[in-house]
Amino acid sequence: MGDYWRRFRRDKPAVWGLCVITLFILAAVFAPVLAPYNPSEQFFDGLTLEGSPLPPDGRFWFGTDTNGRDQFSRLLYGAQTSLLIGIVANGIAVAVGTLLGVVAGYTRGFVGAAIMRLTDLMMAFPPLLLAIALAAILKPGLNIVILVIALVNWVQIARVIYAETLALAEREYIEAARAMGATSQRIIWRHLLPHLVPTIIVYATLGIATTVLLESMLSFLGRGVQPPTPAWGMMIFESQSYFLNAPWLVFIPGAAILILALAFNLVGDALRDVLDPTQRGRG
Amino acid sequence: MLTYLAKRIVASLFILLGVSVVTFGLTFLIPADPVAMIAGRNSTPAIREQIRHQLGLDKPLPAQYAGYLARLVQGDLGKSYARKSDVGALVASRLPPTLLLMFAAIIAELLIGLPAGIYAASRRGRLGDKVAMTLSFLSVSTPQFVLGLTLLYIFAYVLNWFPLGGYGKFSNLILPAVTLGLAGGGWYSRMMRSSMIEVLRNDYIRTARAKGMPEWRVIAKHALRNAILPIVAMIGLDIGIFMSGVVVVENVFGWPGIGQLMWQAIQSLDIPIIMGVTIVAAVFIVLGNLIADMIAPLVDPRIQLR
Amino acid sequence: MKRLLISAVAAVALFAAAPAAMADAPKQGGAATITFNNDLTTLDPQVGYDWQNWSVIKSIFDGLMDYKPGTTELEPDLAESYAVSDGGLTYTFKLRKGVKFHNGRAMTSADVKYSFERAVNPATQSPGGGYFSMISGYEDVTGGKSTTLSGVETPDDMTVVFKLARPDATFLHLMAINFGYIVPKEEVEKAGADWGKKPVGTGAFKFVEWVPGQDIKLERNKDYFRAGVPYLDNITFEFGQDPTVAVLRLKKGEVDIVGDGVPPAQFTELMGDPANKELVAEGNQLHTGYVTMNVTQAPFDNVKVRQAVNMAINKDRIVRLINNRGVPASQPLPPAMPGYNADNKGYGYDPETAKKLLAEAGAAEISTELYTMNVDPNPRIAQAIQQDLAAVGIKAEIRSLAQAEVIAAGGAGKAPMIWSGGMAWIADFPDPANFYYGILGCVGAVDGGWNWSRYCNKELDARAANADAMVKDDQSAGRITEWKAIFDDVMKDAPWAPVFNEKRFTYHSARLGGDPSLFTDPIHIPVNYDYIFAKDAQ
Repeated sequence: MGDYWRRFRRDKPAVWGLCVITLFILAAVFAPVLAPYNPSEQFFDGLTLEGSPLPPDGRFWFGTDTNGRDQFSRLLYGAQTSLLIGIVANGIAVAVGTLLGVVAGYTRGFVGAAIMRLTDLMMAFPPLLLAIALAAILKPGLNIVILVIALVNWVQIARVIYAETLALAEREYIEAARAMGATSQRIIWRHLLPHLVPTIIVYATLGIATTVLLESMLSFLGRGVQPPTPAWGMMIFESQSYFLNAPWLVFIPGAAILILALAFNLVGDALRDVLDPTQRGRG
Repeated sequence: MLTYLAKRIVASLFILLGVSVVTFGLTFLIPADPVAMIAGRNSTPAIREQIRHQLGLDKPLPAQYAGYLARLVQGDLGKSYARKSDVGALVASRLPPTLLLMFAAIIAELLIGLPAGIYAASRRGRLGDKVAMTLSFLSVSTPQFVLGLTLLYIFAYVLNWFPLGGYGKFSNLILPAVTLGLAGGGWYSRMMRSSMIEVLRNDYIRTARAKGMPEWRVIAKHALRNAILPIVAMIGLDIGIFMSGVVVVENVFGWPGIGQLMWQAIQSLDIPIIMGVTIVAAVFIVLGNLIADMIAPLVDPRIQLR
Repeated sequence: MKRLLISAVAAVALFAAAPAAMADAPKQGGAATITFNNDLTTLDPQVGYDWQNWSVIKSIFDGLMDYKPGTTELEPDLAESYAVSDGGLTYTFKLRKGVKFHNGRAMTSADVKYSFERAVNPATQSPGGGYFSMISGYEDVTGGKSTTLSGVETPDDMTVVFKLARPDATFLHLMAINFGYIVPKEEVEKAGADWGKKPVGTGAFKFVEWVPGQDIKLERNKDYFRAGVPYLDNITFEFGQDPTVAVLRLKKGEVDIVGDGVPPAQFTELMGDPANKELVAEGNQLHTGYVTMNVTQAPFDNVKVRQAVNMAINKDRIVRLINNRGVPASQPLPPAMPGYNADNKGYGYDPETAKKLLAEAGAAEISTELYTMNVDPNPRIAQAIQQDLAAVGIKAEIRSLAQAEVIAAGGAGKAPMIWSGGMAWIADFPDPANFYYGILGCVGAVDGGWNWSRYCNKELDARAANADAMVKDDQSAGRITEWKAIFDDVMKDAPWAPVFNEKRFTYHSARLGGDPSLFTDPIHIPVNYDYIFAKDAQ
């Protein structure tokens, strides 16, 4: 473990990334202390007389949104929602996708075919409809957003992991392990998964960003986090038509998503290098 | 190969059947009353009952589904609630623009993603790599709505290079295709880079290099073919991802495809249209997956189909 | 030097003024392009019922009656004259001579009869068929006993007689709404299910072509029975145009009217530029935005709670939220509607009294749900209402859903509160009765109905029926007074919290001319295409 950490520490950008992630998590956790205003308070003078949002100034650091609320406070509270969605939904998707992809690719046969046909079914099905139906049947809100994103995202991961597992399983060293009587479980854990780590990391890190975007897509369809709870994707959606006239409304939460995604990516890149079995002991 | 294909086609039919069952069930669970929309504000309960009967909505769910399936097999997708016209014809008229857009978007993402990924892999760890990867990040992290409007504003309104939306000419196609394909291009460049790096580590690459082969030839001749496999597996999947994206992109660019039709149908819960678009889209997604699976062994002989 | 300069300026001004004045006289010819975000659903007059197709249908078809352009004043249209007899139970229309359908055939009384039978027949699935329930024989047709309306008689080709089962003061208005427009039977039957895609009418414009999702093209009907109109030779409606993009296109001169209106983000900028003064027409709409409260369920079964909600909402702030494109509402009827009571100031913004009322009602802590349609600006307005309610101790969770789902929840009586924005909000005809029966009367307060408050006051229903039975000319003022009183009494029970009356702002290109009232026509929503003209027509 210490060895991993030492090698990770050498990657300066990754350390910066980790700092940013920590900072964002702290911001989310301490939002009630840090936020200057209640994120849901709509100030009467938070809009111009013509009803336009206010640009950033000394009172509202990041300006106000289209309802006259403090954008900075909403950003801080939005971090809670967005981090939760990003980490939990994407985590579930990656875990489920990897597991099913490896199992399908390794076992093939009936189980493999069944899993792959399930992914076919899921892929052939518009996520929009899934989101609408789930939100209609259950109560729309954060749980639905996480559920829908996880349900949508695991499929693609499973497909890619499946394809890579297929290729890996044909390699000599797997054949050799099998010939030496290694159990399937052992082969999956010791020989397949380590080789899949780079792909998994790519999905786990890039997925954070797309997950937050999917959340804004669900808001676009009116199936996202229900107002007035702030979430970054939703904040972009709510003010997207303002992007020419009040660009800060779109670009500040957009930048937050981007920075978060970038941080996860840098950490992910470093982790991939650190964990990559083919590189072990080389460095 | 042929038996595999036959098997997959049969399996695909079952998938489509599954899609139709699930879609029908889900649309039914949505608590919306089409009859109230059709009959309007001044209708009486008696009229609403009559319309419910005309639409067959008074029958039990399985009977409704059986009826739907029986008509579906004959190619009849039913009639729209709001438009009263044939859903099959409606979807058919909206399909070509969407297919064209998707095809162009696939080209766009390959043109963006593959060179970027190869370039980044060949400059691994250096500045070029970092810049390419940061850009790929930007591309996957930008909401399509914002991207589309920004492109329109800059390239169509300010610079006047392209028309402000619309359909029909080649110049209309560029911006929506880039908007739809850019995120995929970002993904592809990531995938291509990591897959390329994997491949470049192999012994045969080292051998080739040791023999003094120039780097571009090493990449073009030995690495590309193997590195491209995960990408190929993804192209087929793109159709499914695009099916969500077209709803947004077609709305921004005024592209008269099924995404627009779907968005309007969802707003008014015109269930025959939602069902029709879903099933037609599913046909194409399934087809895309099938093609991806058929191509995989051609690119990588190590994979055998069975 | 200075004087010379001044005179030069004056000369230029004179020069500029002269062609401008000439250009402002309506001219024949030219074309206009109008954008909409959504493709039209149908052009079938008996079926189309959304505000995009409403006025396109009005340009292709005609009814027996119509309104003077830009106003709410009735006048005969396809009818040349009419006579009321039999205590308001018989209406006799003399048809205008020489009116031809776009296929060349002359329109006759048989077409009128056919069109009303089509509207009423449940097989047509007309959302407006219910409007004609006063015509004798209506029940036989809706009940499936007959396909012909016994109450519509055609003594000769040019005369139509309507026999009513009960007198109805709104009858002439109903002769002017789209559901009663005259269609040619042979074309309807020939087109079958596609009739809504290839309309043939008698109207000012002839349908040319509809490319689904792209555009609809109309051309001037040269045989139109009104001489001299329409002015435009061609109209193109382009669809799938995001309003933000459409505004940019209009600035570039590619389109002429943004049919969906200017998005909030661009509105302030547009209005701030004096150059646009002439290009943005402003007018009143027959619209009220309101919050319904389900009076059959706690806590809104208590009138004090409903009154408290009325006083809790800060309407001024909500009006600001919509860029001042409206005025605070005091009652169900909008100011431009006959029967509007200017003396009724409604429930003013008074959170303190609201709290007191809630305390009296014994409902200090209320948790409820506020449904809203999920298209901007409605979720924003709902959030403003939510904050106002929270300030007096009513916790309302927002349910932001698709239009159809909100309508379903309202119809099923499942929604405690609904913000009406985006649904069922603009009057179909300029008469107070149109704001009562379906949305405040007992007939709508049933499952699947549109009276989402489920407010059913039998006494008011009886008074409304009496008022609408006042059909004589000398009774019309008394009728309006009675409607005024009915709506005042409705608001004593406060089943709604009226929030604002929307104003319409239509942004059009400099090359289009016409009185601003034509661009914000209260009947031809959003624009009266028949009377606007192109200044650059050759």
